[in-house]
Order: sequence, then C-alpha cells, then structure tokens
Amino acid sequence: MGKPTKQRRKGQVAARAPGPSGAGMALVKNNPFEVKVNKQKFNILGRRTKHDVGLPGVSRSKAVKKRTQTLLKEYKEREKSNVFKDKRFGEYNTKISPEEKMMKRFSLERQQTHEKKSIYNLNEDEELTHYGQSLADIEKLNDVIDSDSDNEERGILSAELTAAHFGGGGGLLRRKALTGEEDEEEEKPKSRKELIEELIAKSKQEKRERQTQRENALELTEKLDTDWKEIQTLLSHKTPKSERKDKEEEKPKPDEYDMIVRELGFEMKAQPSDRMKTEEELAKEEQERLQKLEADRLRRMHGKDEQENKKKPKHMSADDLADGFILDKDDRRLLSYKGGKLNVGNEEEEGGNEEEEGECEEENEGEPGREDEEEAIVEEDDATDSPSDLESDMGSEEEVTANEEQKKKHKGNEKKLQSEEEENAKIEAARSELPYTFTVPESYEKLKSLLFGRIIEEQLVILERIQKCNHPSLAVGNKAKLEKLFGFLLEYIGELATVEPPELRTIDKLVLPLYSLCQMFPEAASNSVKFVLQDAAHDMEEMIEVKGRATFPGLDMLIYLKITAILFPTSDFRHPVVTPALVYMGQLLTKCQVMTLQDVVKGLFVCCLFLEYVSLSQRFIPELINFLVGMLHIAIPQKRLQSYTPVHPFRPAGKNSELLLVCDKKDMETWQKQNLPLNIMTKLKESSKTEMNHFRLSCLAVCLDLIKKCAALYESLSSFHEIMQPIRALLTEHIPVSEYPKQLQELHQNALKEIEDKGKHYTPLVCEKKKPVPLKLYTPKIVKVLEFGRKQGGSKEEQERKRLIHKHKREFKGAVREIRKDNQFLARMQLSEIMERDSDRKRKVKNLFNSLATQEGEWKAMKRKKFKN
Amino acid sequence: MAQPGQSAAAALASSLESVLRSRGSANRVFEILELLQAEEADVILCAIRTCSRLFGALLERGELFVGQLPDEETSLRDNYSAEDKYKIWMRHRYNSCVNCLVELMSHESFQVKELSLTTLMKFVDLEGKNPLVKEEWKGSFRFPRELLKLVVKNLIPCEEDSSLLISRFQEYLEYDDIRYFVMKAVAENIGQVMHKTKEVPLPIYQQNVFSLISSMSMPSKENEVVNFMVQQANQEEWKVSKLKEHKRAFERMWLGFLKHKLPTSLYKKVLVILHDSILPHLNEPTLMIDFLTVAYDIGGAISLLALNGLFVLIHQHNLEYPDFYKKLYSLLDASIYHVKYRARFFHLADLFLSSSHLPAYLVAAFIKRLSRLALTAPPQALLMVIPFICNLFRRHPACKVLVHRPGGPEDLSEDPYIMDEEEPSESRALESSLWELQTLQNHYHPDVSQAAAVVNQSLSELEDDISELLELSAYELFDRELKKKATGVPLEFEQVRGLFGKKNDLFAEHFALE
Repeated sequence: MGKPTKQRRKGQVAARAPGPSGAGMALVKNNPFEVKVNKQKFNILGRRTKHDVGLPGVSRSKAVKKRTQTLLKEYKEREKSNVFKDKRFGEYNTKISPEEKMMKRFSLERQQTHEKKSIYNLNEDEELTHYGQSLADIEKLNDVIDSDSDNEERGILSAELTAAHFGGGGGLLRRKALTGEEDEEEEKPKSRKELIEELIAKSKQEKRERQTQRENALELTEKLDTDWKEIQTLLSHKTPKSERKDKEEEKPKPDEYDMIVRELGFEMKAQPSDRMKTEEELAKEEQERLQKLEADRLRRMHGKDEQENKKKPKHMSADDLADGFILDKDDRRLLSYKGGKLNVGNEEEEGGNEEEEGECEEENEGEPGREDEEEAIVEEDDATDSPSDLESDMGSEEEVTANEEQKKKHKGNEKKLQSEEEENAKIEAARSELPYTFTVPESYEKLKSLLFGRIIEEQLVILERIQKCNHPSLAVGNKAKLEKLFGFLLEYIGELATVEPPELRTIDKLVLPLYSLCQMFPEAASNSVKFVLQDAAHDMEEMIEVKGRATFPGLDMLIYLKITAILFPTSDFRHPVVTPALVYMGQLLTKCQVMTLQDVVKGLFVCCLFLEYVSLSQRFIPELINFLVGMLHIAIPQKRLQSYTPVHPFRPAGKNSELLLVCDKKDMETWQKQNLPLNIMTKLKESSKTEMNHFRLSCLAVCLDLIKKCAALYESLSSFHEIMQPIRALLTEHIPVSEYPKQLQELHQNALKEIEDKGKHYTPLVCEKKKPVPLKLYTPKIVKVLEFGRKQGGSKEEQERKRLIHKHKREFKGAVREIRKDNQFLARMQLSEIMERDSDRKRKVKNLFNSLATQEGEWKAMKRKKFKN
Repeated sequence: MAQPGQSAAAALASSLESVLRSRGSANRVFEILELLQAEEADVILCAIRTCSRLFGALLERGELFVGQLPDEETSLRDNYSAEDKYKIWMRHRYNSCVNCLVELMSHESFQVKELSLTTLMKFVDLEGKNPLVKEEWKGSFRFPRELLKLVVKNLIPCEEDSSLLISRFQEYLEYDDIRYFVMKAVAENIGQVMHKTKEVPLPIYQQNVFSLISSMSMPSKENEVVNFMVQQANQEEWKVSKLKEHKRAFERMWLGFLKHKLPTSLYKKVLVILHDSILPHLNEPTLMIDFLTVAYDIGGAISLLALNGLFVLIHQHNLEYPDFYKKLYSLLDASIYHVKYRARFFHLADLFLSSSHLPAYLVAAFIKRLSRLALTAPPQALLMVIPFICNLFRRHPACKVLVHRPGGPEDLSEDPYIMDEEEPSESRALESSLWELQTLQNHYHPDVSQAAAVVNQSLSELEDDISELLELSAYELFDRELKKKATGVPLEFEQVRGLFGKKNDLFAEHFALE
C-alpha cells in the first residue's frame, strides 16, 4: 500500500526539484531511515574512509533499475531470434552534435530519394531545400538570413519545444535549473498553461532583438562599402605585384663600388702594435721563463709526475664501499690541513711536497737546500713578496737561478766579444765562400763528405744553412730529413772522436747545431741517442759474455755520454734517455777492468760525468764511491786491506794494482797540476817516466777533488759516514800524504776536511703514520611503506603483483556478488512470473468454476423448475 | 805433400792385403807399424786406419794369442806349435801397435789423437767380444781392463789440456760398462799420479781429470743400467750391471779426486756442480761433509758455493752444523753483490732465513749487514736485495723496529750497529735503524729509489716474489729502461756553449780538450 504512494511522491518531487538526483539525494540523505552508518571500531589517523555512510535503499533501487533495463530485457528476449536494430544515423553516437546529426540524416535521405528519382525522371532538376523549404523560395526573400543566427534560433526553439512538449519535463527542468533565475519559484509550481505562455513571450522577444541586430549589421556593411570605394582609388596607384617582384630580384645585385666599400669595412684594421719591449722587460721575461723551466725541472727531479699519476689523494665518500667502483670522475680533493690552517689554494703542489718530505727530510736537515727553496715558493704567504728577493735570501749554490745565470751569460758574452771579433772575420769569410743553399744529406757518407776536411767555421755555417734552407715549415718532408740529420751528426761526432788525434775542438763547436736540432725534434734526438747507448751497452754485454770482463769504451762513447748531459736534463727522476745512460755508466764503473792509465782517465771521466749528472738531483751513486775507493787503492804502496775492501773491478792485489803509485821523489817535487788531456784516451803518448809520474799525480788530484765534491754532495744522506768510511780510512791511514807534493797535500786536506766536518746525526726511523681506515658508514636503506600490515617489503614488481592479486580478488568477489544478485533478481522475476501465471490460472479456474457453478446452478434451477413444473 | 801420403797409402794398402791374405807375408806388418811413427800426420792417419783394419780383422779371426803372453824370445824357443808361434808373434805386434797408438794420443795433431783414441776404443770393443784373456773359470767376466786403463791414463795427461779429446771420449761414457771401468781406472790413476808427485798440485792434470769425471752422467735408477758395449753371457750377475757398484766406483773416484788440494778455479767448478750432479749419485753423501766444511771455511766465493752442498746435506741428511748462521753471517761481505753466484747465494740465504724460529737479533743483524753492504751494490743487486729485506721484515715482525722506532732516542751520534762484530748477537743490530735504506731512497736509479721508499710506509702483508729478481742483470736493467714507453722527452733548457761549456762545468776543471 505504501509503495505506490511513495513512488508517486518521489515522482512529484523529481518533477519539481531543480536536479532530480541532487535534490533526491539530499532528501534521502536527510532521512535517517534510509541512511546506514558503518560504525568504525578504531579511528585510524590518516585513513580516509569512503564507506562510513551508505544508502542501501538508494543503491538497491538503482541496482534493480539497472537490472530491469538490462538483465530483464535479456531474460524476456531470451528465446526470441528477432532483434530490434536501430539504424537511425548516429542515434547512439554522442560525439556528433544533434545539428550535424540532422544534417547527415537529411543528406542521406535526400541521396536515397535522388537516386531513386533519377532512375525514372531524367530531366527533372533537383530542388534544393533548406530545412525542408525550397531554396528557390528562400532566395526570393530580400533579407538574407544569417544562417548562424537562424540556425541557433530554430535549434533552441525546437529543443525547448521538444523538451517542453515531448520530454516529459526532464529537459525543461534541466534548463530551468541552468538559468537559475527562477530559484524562488521552486516552491510555487506553475501550471502548464502559464509555462507555455511564458515560452511564447520569450521567443517573440528574442526574435525582435535579432531583427534589430541584423539591421545594424546591414547598415555597417553598407558603410564599409562606401568607405572601400574611396580607398580603392588610392590603392590603384600602386604598382602591380609582378613588377614589385622584379625589383626585389634586382636588389641583391650589389654595386661594385658598394662591394668594395663593404669589403673595406670588414677588412682588418691595422692594430696599434705593442710597443717594443725594453731591455729590462725582455730580461725579466727571460728570467720568468727560466724560472718556470727550473720549477718544471725540479718537479721532474722529484718524480712528482710519476707519483701524481700513481696516487692522487682522491675524495672519498663516507659511503664509499672501497670496492673500487667509481661512479664518476671526482675532482674534489681531500681536505688537508697544514700548520693548523686549512689548505686550499696550493693543495696540489703541497700535496706533492708532503709526499716528498719523507724522502727529503734528511736533506733538509743540514742546511737550507733546494727543498727549502721550493717550499718557500709554495708557502708564499709567509715568505717575501717577490721571487727575486726570495732568491737573494737563499744562500745555496742551487739558488743561482735565472738572475745569476743571466749575469753569467752577460759576462761570458763580454769575454767572448774580443775573441768573437776575430772569429767573426773568419765566419764572414766562410759565409761568403760557401753556397747559400744546401740539401739535407741523405746518408751519413754525404754529410761526411760535406763537412770533413773543412775548417770548423765552415762546417758550422754549412749546418746552419742546411737547417735554415730545410726548415720544417718550408716543405713537408723536411722534418724527417732534419731528424735524420741529427743521427748523422751524432755519428759524425763519434767519428771525429775516434780519429787520431781526436778533433775535439770541432766537436766542441758541433754541439751547438746538435743542441738546436735536439730542441727542434726531441723525439728523434732521444731515439738516436738511445740507439747509440743501446749499441754500446750491447757491445759491452757481448764482450762480458765472451771474455768474462769488459774494457772501457772509446772516447766517442764518453763524448756521447757528455753530449747526453748537454741535451737532456739529467736531474729528472726518470728520463727516457738519461736513466739508461746512468745505468750504462754504472756498468762501466763496475764491469770494466782498470788495466792502464788510459782506463784510469776514462774512469775518472765517467766519474765526472756521474757527478755532473746528479749535481742537481743529489742522487746517490754507489758505483762512484766504489770507483774512487779503487782509485785510491791503486795509489797506495802497501796493501794492508784494513778497514776497507775494494769492490768488484779492483782486486785487493795482483797486477794493475799499483797503477797510480808514484815513488820517485824528484817527480813529486816537479809536479804541477794540469788538466788531463782527453786525447790521451785514444793514444797514450810514449813519454818519459817523469811525465808518466806527473800524469799519475794529476789523476790523483782529480780523484781527490772528486772525493771532495762527492762529500759535499752526499753530506745530507743519513748514511754519509758509512758511505765515506772506506775513503776516509784510505785517506787517513793508507795514502802516503807526506810524500806527496804540496798541492796534492792541500787537496787531500780539503777532501778529508769535507768528510770529517760533517756531524754524525742519527735519528731513529719512524714509519709514516698509517692513515686510520675510516669506518664504513652506510646510508640507511629507505623503503617506501605503502600500507601498514602485510603489504610491506618486496621489490616494485612484487608489490605490483600483490596489488594486482588483491585487486583481482576484490573484483572476483564483486563479480560473484553481482552474479549472485543477478540470479536472485532473475529468480525473483521468474517467481513473480510464476505467481502471476498461477494467479491467472487460479483466476481462470475460478472463473471456470464460477461459470460451471452458474451453469450447474442454472441447470439445477432448470431441473428444479422442470421438476417443479 | 800429397805425394808421400798417397804413396804411403798405396803401400799400406798392399801390405795390409798381403798380411791378411797369407801368413807368409806376415812380416810386412813391420812396414805398417813403421809408418805409425812417420813425420807427416797424413801418413800416420793412414797407418792408424790400416792398423785398425788389420788388427780388427785379426781379432775377429782369432789369430791373436789368448792368455798369458809368453816372452817373444822364449816363445820361439819353447815348444809351441807353429800356429801358436804365429799367434804369439802377432800378439806381440798387436801390443806394440797399441803402445804406438797410446803414444800417438799425445801427438800434436788433434786428428791423429782423435783417430788413435777411436781406434783404441774399437780395439776395446773387439777385445771385449773376442777376449785375449783366458777364461779363468767358466762364466768368468772378461773385459779389456788393461787396455782401457792405458787409454784413460793417456786421456788425462799431466802436461797439456785435453778437454777436446775428452769431449770426444764422451760418447763412450754412455756405455755403462765403459763408464764403470773408466771410473775405476781414473780412481787408480789419481792415486798413482798424486802419490808420485807428493801432493804438489797439478793444475792441468786436475783440470783434465775434472773435465773427464764431471761429464759422466750417472744413471739414477737400477733399470737404466742396460747400455753395455761388451755383452757377457750371464749379464745379470756381472757387477757392472749393479747400480750400487756404479755408485761406489763414482764415490771412490770423486773422493779420491777431492782428497787432494785443488786450485781455486777448480774448487769453484766442483762446488758449482756438487749439489746436483755429484751428491745424488753417492752412496754416502755424508762423506762429503769434510770437504764441504773445509770449503765453507775458506771464505769468499768458495764459501758461498759450498753453501749449496751444505744445504743439501743439512736438509736431506741431517747434518748438524754448529754456528751455521754465524758462519753465514760472516760470509756477507762487500763482494756478495758483485760475484757471479749472487743469485744462487741469495736463493739459499732466502731459504735459510725463511724459518720463523730464528731469533730476532739474528735476523736483524742479517738485515743490517745486508743493507750496510748494499751501500756499495750495483742497481740490479739493489733491486733484488730490497725486496729481500722487506720479506725478512714480513717473516720476522719483531725486526720492524729497524724501520719503525717511535719514541726512541732522538739523536744518536753513532750507529749502534757494529759492522765488524763477528757474532750476530753482539752486533747490536736491534738497537739500530735502517738508515741505509733511507739513503738508498736517493739512489740514482728511479726503480731502486722507489723500492727503497717502501720502508716509509708500513709493509703489505704479502711477500714479494724475489725469484725473478735474483737473476736480474745489469744489461736487462738497461734494456728495460730503454724499452719503456715514454711520453714526451723533456729537454735541457740551458743554452749550450760547447762541450764543456756549462756553468761550473766539472770537466773544464779537470780535463783539457787538447
């Protein structure tokens, strides 16, 4: 009983309410009997609940409604094979607007009719229509109807009308809700008649308005037309378009004059050049260059490049796993402190310095050495302000850098000037005589034929001209040719050293072009020198293998070694040419037997070479000390062999062990120190015994001087006294000093003093402190917690999988529920059907019974009547 | 020159033929024997060849007298059959031929020497097959010992070096029986010669003996004794086929040789081969103890070499050597880094010092001494000895005070270590520090400098492998440096002004160009 009333009321409400759902919902929501509250047991913060309030009635009715529309329909049509198909164009296509839809439908309709007609009516013209009206009719009308406005009007009107007339109120109601003006009328429902009247009035008003608009527009167009005519006359003067194009093509063709002008504009203007540098500036520049080179040399001497390449303190993250994995190149450095201050600016140099310090500690102890200087330069904050001051502060020999060098050069130049004048004359003569161009000799023989036999100056000029004529910048192949020239020149020098007598003066001068060539082609030069060294070392190795011992090489090899020192920096920690040369020289001093006085001179020459090589780097050479010990050993009369032992090439006793021994008193007295002539190496002159003795004493003098130099060089080494012990023993105990001439005694005294003056300082060694290995700190692993409870953990895919499983489960449940509900619904429907059928039948049976009863009754009545009758 | 040679050859050929054809012309043997003493080497060679063929054939035919040879004179008188008389006569000719050949072994021409040697050995072979000695009892072993003794005696003359001939003889030493009897002969010969000269050293003779006996390659297993020149009927029972007998003969020979004073060079050579080609083949290696201890006490290179043999004895034969380490310590002198046997010595020293039970003072003394001596060492030795010292530190961490002594006395006026002290325990090495290695950090060779810098840091746990460094030679070092790939060659920036033109040039002070 209640249900129909409720439905009706609902319908009424819906009809009146502005939005059926919104109003309905509000109403339902307000009804406490409709609302079901899902009580929560615990209130969880941050969790949003969707389903705390439900409207079971509403949702159920919705579901039922939907089922009746779909499931029920299906059910009813379950045994029907006919299908209702809606073939109206675009009926269910929501994308097409209704207007378009109508247009299409119309055109389709027209097409159909046209095709049909044209078959039978051949000559009939198509009558065009617009909205069902013949276009011919429309054209006859004067006022052109703006299609848009017309369309709009009709569309709206029709829509409204259709909504009002056939929509059952839905559309109209919506419209009303949209306009929103008549909100207050909500309470007072209007009657149907009123509504229609209102509509008509409204449409009339709109029509009027549109008409006025159209009139305005017409007026405006007319005005525009008149205006245009006025302007048109003006425009007609302009040239036609095609002509204008031609002009444009002409434009890029520049005038020759213009071109020149522009070119001039872009041409490089003569810049005001720098002024000529003054002498001082030039000197300063040179000094700076030399300083830079010197710094470079120092760096190489300490082998910093190598160390830097090897271990550069790298920035290490606290998160570093020390597994050697480097994500990216990191150019940050470790923070370092020096003297309590944060070390920022000079980090690189100082880093290297600190590494070096371990090595150089002892060196620094004695006196301000080179390291001091270097450090001073580095720590410029507390040093003086200018580098030149700095240099003057430092007293050591090595400090003589650019400044003094310069002075020296000047001095040398002055000295040279006089002799140069004479030489210049010679050179001039040579210049004028010789041809001006030379080709680079292709082979050594050619070079030899070119140079040999000429005077030194001519040779120099020839070499100079070869270099100039074939400068690498002049032709492509010149570089290779000149590179070869270096090798040939080297060979030539070697040959000059081997001829008898050796042309040392020429070699002396030839070093200059050699140097300049070397500066031009360092690679080729180093290769040539290396080749020479390799040859020599190989020869010596072979000789040792065959004979079991080696002999000193000729003068040429010694000259080569000297030239190596001239061409390459000998102080480098490791140098591709100098290091092998040093090794070779070491071999010379250990492997070669000293059998003649020539060998002694050669040995001393090699010693000098060694000292020269390490004069800057102050490196320790055991072979040198050994050889000097050996030299003293062969100079003493009685070999008691106490407190020293001569090492390898020297024997404690035997032949050649008294090579430098001088016994003749007379010769001792007449001796004067003289430089050892180099040509003695190639051939020992037959000379008197006195001369030989003098020669021996000269050798001894050189030896003593070298000892002194060594002592000065190695004083900073921590084992200085252990190194010098055999020499000191020899000097103090074994050498017959008292018999020697005064000059030698003096040298002896100097050498001994140099050795003994050094204090004995031994500081126990302490390892460098090992850097404590930092504890490995790991950043905590942060995992996004998606939901408390069971869904924690797992990788992304795992989570995704779980999520999908969960979703599937839920959907599955939902689907099961839906199916169940569908079934229930169907069952209900079937039941109601059956009930209906039953009741129908009952009713029919009842009717039958009724009719039968009445029939029976009638029959009985008839019978009774009969009987009665 | 060719004329006499050819004619002689023709004559020899004809006489050979006639002698072999009929006994009647047997006297022509003298013609052949005569030519053995000819002047020209060609003729002699020809004669030797003829003799070889003649007596070879006779030996094979059995036309030489077997048994105790009667005197030539008596045999003619005695009642021998004509056949026997001929055989006796021929045997005498054979003997004189052998004597001639033995003499020819000291001929100046090597060809003659060689041919006579091979001919004699051919006779040895043939005599072995057709013995000239009577069978004493059935199955007794017969071998031409006397002939071989003669050959050996002339193979090792006292006057001249016969190493060439000995190397030619080598191929016969492959035969086990020959070697066995040669060993016996040599032992006997040494005894005779030395007894005769009364202990005066004979360098050439000893050298010859050495080159003969050092080239013998002994079999190491019993079943390797199979190669015989002369096959005997009951080979198995012959003592020549027993390895033990071989060893005994070998031992006797060597002991006999080493009993006498040897020249130094020979001493070294013996010691070099002692440990791997002598000691394993002795029955009683311990018999060498005396020889080795004497050698070890000599000092210098000989001691270094004796070390190897001693090591074998100590290691494998339980030799207890008192004060071994003290002795080893005293062996360390300035020459160890320069001698040829450096690698060998350091290999052994590494073995001896590898025991972790050595007291720290001892190891420290070794370290200190080695590094002190390293101040005079060439770079190739330094590159080896620095890792060696580092290894010692690793094995004996107690010695690390040498490189790390925090809180020690600040300034010492003297190195506490006493270099001249013989006794390692007295050397106060543990109180010292390794300033030597610190010094070597300034060595001119970059690799040495870097290697020495290792002591600045705390050492890594792993030992360095020094086996490759042991044999490092100076030339290798040079080559390695030369082959290093260099990027860029720094150049001298100071302008030159001639060969001796640098500032402060040392050469200008001491040398003159003219």
